[in-house]
Amino acid sequence: MPAVKLTEVTTAACLFFIFLVPLAGAGLALMNVGLGRSRSAGHMMMASLCAFAVAAIAYFVCGFAWQGFIGSPAHFITLSGKSWNWIAAEPFFFRKFSFDGSAVSLTALLQIFCVGFAALIPLGSGADRWRLRASCLSTGMLAAWTYPLFAHWVWGGGWLAQLGINYGIGRGFLDVGGASSIQVLGGLTALAVTWILGPRRGKYSADGMAPAIPGHNAVLVLFGCMLALVGWIGLNCASAILFTGGAASGAALIAINTLLAASASALTAAFITKVRFGKPDASLTANGWVGGLVAVSASCAFVSPAEAVVIGSIAGAVVIFSVEWFELRMEVDDPGGSISVHAVAGIWGLLALGVFGQFQRPVLNVVVDSLPAVTNAIASGQWLAQLIGVATLVGFVLPLTYGANRLINRFYPFRVSVEGERQGMDLHELGAGAYPEFVTHTDEFLPR
Amino acid sequence: MKVVGFLMLLAGWFLALAAIVLFASLSLRGAFVLAGVAVETLGLILVFRSHLIPREEKG
Repeated sequence: MPAVKLTEVTTAACLFFIFLVPLAGAGLALMNVGLGRSRSAGHMMMASLCAFAVAAIAYFVCGFAWQGFIGSPAHFITLSGKSWNWIAAEPFFFRKFSFDGSAVSLTALLQIFCVGFAALIPLGSGADRWRLRASCLSTGMLAAWTYPLFAHWVWGGGWLAQLGINYGIGRGFLDVGGASSIQVLGGLTALAVTWILGPRRGKYSADGMAPAIPGHNAVLVLFGCMLALVGWIGLNCASAILFTGGAASGAALIAINTLLAASASALTAAFITKVRFGKPDASLTANGWVGGLVAVSASCAFVSPAEAVVIGSIAGAVVIFSVEWFELRMEVDDPGGSISVHAVAGIWGLLALGVFGQFQRPVLNVVVDSLPAVTNAIASGQWLAQLIGVATLVGFVLPLTYGANRLINRFYPFRVSVEGERQGMDLHELGAGAYPEFVTHTDEFLPR
Repeated sequence: MKVVGFLMLLAGWFLALAAIVLFASLSLRGAFVLAGVAVETLGLILVFRSHLIPREEKG
């Protein structure tokens, strides 16, 4: 499988797109802050910064060595005469690596942002109760092991990407903008963290009621959505160039699809909440917006704008109903909605590529001559490759990340003390509140 | 229940992997992968149920 070759113009465009990616992380961090309580706002932003930093260092130390890139040295397992590429074999610490503007060096730059972005997702679920150092340890595990392993399978020429070459299943598992390796992986880690942490105190009462604990700043949440859009366009465009061999000229379609899916998803969410609750809900509409961005990430380069609208609309509905289902039926307390927005919408987006995808050009991870240039996703078996990818995320990545986080929790408990939760994470862990001039809360519950 | 649920998640994934290796036709592979996903769904249900909060711990 050859690595992508970039022209100077494509390299410049790709660099520009990559530099936009941290804005997606900034947007997500602002959303997580706004959806949490005011007494934990500073802590959430601090945790976001620390997670980004830990992720960058851990990925530099060993993450990239295990993820690798298309065409890098790797370890193989042979099954029924076929080689299964399961992990890269690059040296640690970016050794033997030349930063010469090649596709490989751009991949390393993009990935170091992507892993930080993935690390921010679980923070939204653990808001108001996840200790700072524990979240840093969990992030280290994600950036050093879980993320690189799965990202290698998808973006590093791993066995999922090679399902097309080895077994003729569509064009192999495809994910342009990281719906699987960033979003679903982050969302499933968020689910594991939420299970380990348990709900916030006072969230579920003995009589079966689950009172809403509203976010403290809708402005931050909605501004975060705007920032996320810019970052997401950069992420999708850069990934399309580096991981599917797309041209820079395809950026317009990708950006339009990204915007349309987010718009359709947000409007669907606003409409559903208006019909159900009488007024559109700002936080759920914001969740719908990001859900649309997540869902279209997988297929943004391979669908038409009309199909992007359909994918986004369905994502908006899926996010709204799954937020309610997790909170009320499954008793999963997820203040940021990370599980629904990133895991559920991401899975929908991956499956949607298998239904709507149209491949007008050869995709990087297939043998070019083996398939006709234009292939319908359903007829070529692309849906099956996508389904296998989803089965891998749920059947392998979820137990892996749950086990890893349980292990960390055993030695360094995730959850803050009762007193810390009552006091607020800002005062308890940082010693100062985010809004010192204002009375930010009252004691709405008593310690048990 | 939790451990069984997680084991079922892994079992469903192995079923999907086995389908890739053992069968050649798209329909047979599809059927077995779908069976694997069904096993994973049952596992997920078990894991979710095992994490429901006991009544005495609510409040």
